[in-house]
Amino acid sequence: MSATFTVGLLLLLSAVGFWMGRTRAVTVAGGRIATLHSVPNYYGSFVALWAGLPALVLVLCWMALRGPVIDWLVLDGLTPEQVEIWARVMLPPNDLSALLANIAEETDALTETHRQLLLININNLAAGQAQYVNAAVVGAIQPAADHLNSLRNLANWTLFAAVAALSAGGLAFTWSRINPSLRARNNVERIVTWLLILCSTIAVFTTVGIVLSLLFESIRFFTKVPVTEFLFGLHWSPQTAIRADQVGSSGAFGAIPLFTGTLLIATIAMIVAAPVGLMSAIYLSEYAPKKVRGLVKPVLEILAGVPTVVYGFFAILTVAPFIRDMGAAVGLSISSQSALAAGIVMGVMIVPFVSSLADDVINAVPQSLRDGSLGLGATRSETIKQVVLPAALPGIVGAMLLAVSRAIGETMIVVMAAGLQANLTLNPLESVTTVTVQIKSILVGDQEFDSAKTLSVFALGLVLFLVTLVLNVVALRIVQKYREKYD
Amino acid sequence: MTEIAEPMQAAAPMSTSRHTGEAAMKRLRQRYAAERRFKIYGILAITFACAMLAILMFTLLKGGVSAFWQTEMRLEILIDPATIDPQGTGTPAGWDRGAFQTLVNDALYRDFPEVSGRLEKRDLRGLVSPVAGVFLGKVLDKNPALVGQTVELWLPTSDGINQIVKGGIDRDLPEAQRPINDQQLAWFSQLEQRGDVRTTFNSTFFTSSDSNYPELAGLLGAAVGTLLTMLVTVAISLPIGVAAAVYLEEFAPKNKLTDLIEVNINNLAAVPSIVFGLLGLAVFLNFFGMPRSAPLVGGLVLGLLVLPTIIIASRAALKAVPPSIREAALGMGASRLQAITHHVLPLAMPGIMTGTIIGMAHAVGETAPLLMIGMNAFVTQPPTGLLDSSSVLPVQIFIWADKPERGFVELTSAAILVLLAFLITMNGAAIWLRKKFERRW
Repeated sequence: MSATFTVGLLLLLSAVGFWMGRTRAVTVAGGRIATLHSVPNYYGSFVALWAGLPALVLVLCWMALRGPVIDWLVLDGLTPEQVEIWARVMLPPNDLSALLANIAEETDALTETHRQLLLININNLAAGQAQYVNAAVVGAIQPAADHLNSLRNLANWTLFAAVAALSAGGLAFTWSRINPSLRARNNVERIVTWLLILCSTIAVFTTVGIVLSLLFESIRFFTKVPVTEFLFGLHWSPQTAIRADQVGSSGAFGAIPLFTGTLLIATIAMIVAAPVGLMSAIYLSEYAPKKVRGLVKPVLEILAGVPTVVYGFFAILTVAPFIRDMGAAVGLSISSQSALAAGIVMGVMIVPFVSSLADDVINAVPQSLRDGSLGLGATRSETIKQVVLPAALPGIVGAMLLAVSRAIGETMIVVMAAGLQANLTLNPLESVTTVTVQIKSILVGDQEFDSAKTLSVFALGLVLFLVTLVLNVVALRIVQKYREKYD
Repeated sequence: MTEIAEPMQAAAPMSTSRHTGEAAMKRLRQRYAAERRFKIYGILAITFACAMLAILMFTLLKGGVSAFWQTEMRLEILIDPATIDPQGTGTPAGWDRGAFQTLVNDALYRDFPEVSGRLEKRDLRGLVSPVAGVFLGKVLDKNPALVGQTVELWLPTSDGINQIVKGGIDRDLPEAQRPINDQQLAWFSQLEQRGDVRTTFNSTFFTSSDSNYPELAGLLGAAVGTLLTMLVTVAISLPIGVAAAVYLEEFAPKNKLTDLIEVNINNLAAVPSIVFGLLGLAVFLNFFGMPRSAPLVGGLVLGLLVLPTIIIASRAALKAVPPSIREAALGMGASRLQAITHHVLPLAMPGIMTGTIIGMAHAVGETAPLLMIGMNAFVTQPPTGLLDSSSVLPVQIFIWADKPERGFVELTSAAILVLLAFLITMNGAAIWLRKKFERRW
C-alpha cells in the first residue's frame, strides 16, 4: 500500500467529511438554517479538518521516521554470522579484523560507513537489483533483504490502517457532535489561525535547520581539524588518504587562500558593479527622460533575471578568452581561469541589484531637499553630489553591503569561470578559488560522508552563512533606520 | 539644463561684478562642464549595462541557433535479419541493439566501395554519427516489417561533419585543427555532390534526454525534471508563503516573537543559495534519507529558497489593500478571517501571483543548491515520478558547458536560449498580470 494511496484516502475522507458535516448541519437545523450558529459550510469544514489534519500529521511523522527505524530493525535482524560472511567479502583487511574482534565481544560491530555499505547492498537486493551486489554475499544477506521487504510492506499497511482509523474516528466523533449550538465557525477559525502561525514559523525553522545542520557537521569537522588551523592556515589541499600508505594525501585545511580568493573576486565584482550600478540609478532617477527609463528598466530587469549559470557560460565562452587575448596582446600571460574574468562577469550580474536598491534609496530622498538646492542655484549634479547622495548615503552603503554579500555567496559563475587550485595571491590575473567553488567541487561526486574532506564543506558553509548573515543584518539595519527618518 | 544656460552666456562678458565677471564666467563654465561630465558618466553606465546584455544575447544567439538544425546524410541500409537478430527470434525483443550501428556502417562501406583497410574504414565511419544505429532502431521499432528489406534513411552525421556544414568549424582550417581530416572531407564532398546531405530541424533536441553524443542529446528529461521540481516548489511555497504573510500582516501582534520572525525572513531572503543546498543535503538526504537527485528534494529545497520572496511580495500585496475594505467587512459582521478570505485576499491575489511567478522564475534558474543534492545525475530518460533521478534545465546547461565536444557548446547555447525564453515568458506573464489587475486605491 503506497504512501500516495494513503494520502489519497486521507483527502477522500476529508472531502466526505465536509459533505457529511454540511448535510448533517442542514438536517439538524430542520430546514431553518438561521437557527444554526454558523453557516453550514463551516460545519463541513469543521468535520473535514478533524478528519484530515491529525491523520496528516501522523503520515508526515511516519514518513520521517520510517526509514531509520526500518534500517535499524533490518540490521538488528542480521545474525553475527551473516555480518561476518558479508564483511569477509566486502571489507578491506584492516577493517575486517577490527570488525571480527568486535563481533567476538558482541558489541555494536559495524562502523557508520560499513553500516551504510551493508544497507546499500541490502537495499539493492530488496529492489531486485542483484546485479549491483557482490554475488558472494547475496546468500548471506538475502534473508535481510526479504526481511526489509516484508517490513516495508508491513509499515505501509500499518500506516494505511492507522490513517484510515484516525481519519474515520475524527470524522465520526465531530460528525456526532454537530448540533445547532456548536460554534463551528469559531472552532474552524481557531484551527486555521494556528495553521497560519505554524506557516509563519517555517521560515524560522529553516534558519534553525541551516544553523543546526551546519553547526553539527562543523563540530565533527573541528574534532578532526583544529579551528585555528582552519581559520588561519595558509594551505588548502583537502585530499585525505583513503589508504594509510597513499602518496600525496596530506590533507591541509587552511582556508585563508579560499577567503582571499573569495574577497579578491568579490572586490573586482564590486569595482565593476558599484560605480555602474550607482551611476545608472542616479541617471535613471534624476536625468533620464521617461522614454529612456521605460527602455532601460526592462533591460536591467532582464539582466537581473538571467540565471547565474548563464553568466558562468558567458564568462568561459566570451569574457575569459577575450581577457586572455587582451593580455597576450600587451605581453601579459593571463590564466584562462583568471579572477579578473570571473569578477567582471559577477560585477555585471550584480549591476541591476545595486541599481535597483540604489534607485529605491535615491527616490526616498524627499523632493523638497532637491528643490531647495536647485532653488539656491546649484546645478543638478551639484544637487546630487552634495545633497541627494549625502542624504541617501546610509541607504547606499546598505545596498553595497547587500551586494557584497551577494558576491560572496555567488556560486555558479565562480564554479565555471574561476579555478580549483587554492592560490594565496592578490593578483587578479591569476587563477584563484573561492569558498563556494570548494563546497561545490568537494560535494559533487561520490564521497565518503565521514571524511574530513566532506565535513570541511560544512565548516566552509558555516563561515559563508555567518559572514553573509552579518552583512545582511547590518545592511538591513542601516537601510531600515534610514527609511524611518524620512517616512 | 540648457534653458538655464542660455541667458547666462548672453550676459555681457566684460562686467567686473561678482556674479557676471570673468572669474565668475569661468567658474560657471567649469560647473557646467562638471554637470555634463556627470551626465555622461550616467549614460556610460547605462550603455555598459545595455552593451553587456546585447553581447550576451548576441553570443548566445550566434552560438545557439544552429543547434536547432542537424545535418543528415542519406544511406541505403540493408536491414539484414542475420545481423540484428542473431538468435532468429523474429521479434523486436530479440534484436541485438548494438548491431544496428553495424548495419549503418555496412551501408557506408557499400557507398564507398573503394575504401579498404582498417584505418581508412575507421575514417569513413567518422562521417556518420556513432549513434546513428539508435535512430535506425527507432525507425525499426515503429515499423518492424522493414527487417530484411533495403531502406533509404536520413541519418545524422557525426559531430565534426555537422559542425563543418553549419559553419561552426571552418573547412579551410589546417587539417590538424579540424576534427575531420582531408580524406573524410573529400568523401563528404562526394556525398554533397550526390545530393545525399541535407540539414533539417533538430527534433531530437526536444524529444530526447541527456546523452554523451551531441547528436542524441536533448532537453526533454531536464524540462520534465524542471516541471516536476517546480510543481513541488509551488505546492510548498505558495500556500505556506501566503499563510505566513496573512498571519504576519493581518493577525500578528507587535511583539518580540513576530519581530524575530520578520528579521529572520528578511535575512533568509539574502542567504546564499548554496547554503540551502547544504541544508537539503544535511536534512532531507542524510537525516530523512530521501533519494538523491529526486525532483521532490529539489522542489523542497527551492521551495524553502523562494519562501521569503513570496512572503515579502504577499505582505506588500496585502498591505496595499486599503483598511477601509477590512473595516467595511468587519462592520457588516464578518469575522476577521472572513474579511480576509472573502475580501482582502481576492483583492491582493494579483500582487501575490506576480510575486510568486517572479519567485518561481528565480527558482527555475537556480543551479547551485540542486548540485548539492545530486541533481547533476546523468539521466537519459525523462523522470516519471517525484522520486526518480532527474536533472533540471540549468543543471543540464552546467553539465553541457563542461563537455569538450564542439557540438555541446552549441547545445549549451541553445539550451540557454530555451531557458531564457521560458524565463522571459514567466516574467512577461507577471508583468501582464500586474498591468491587468493592478488597482490604485
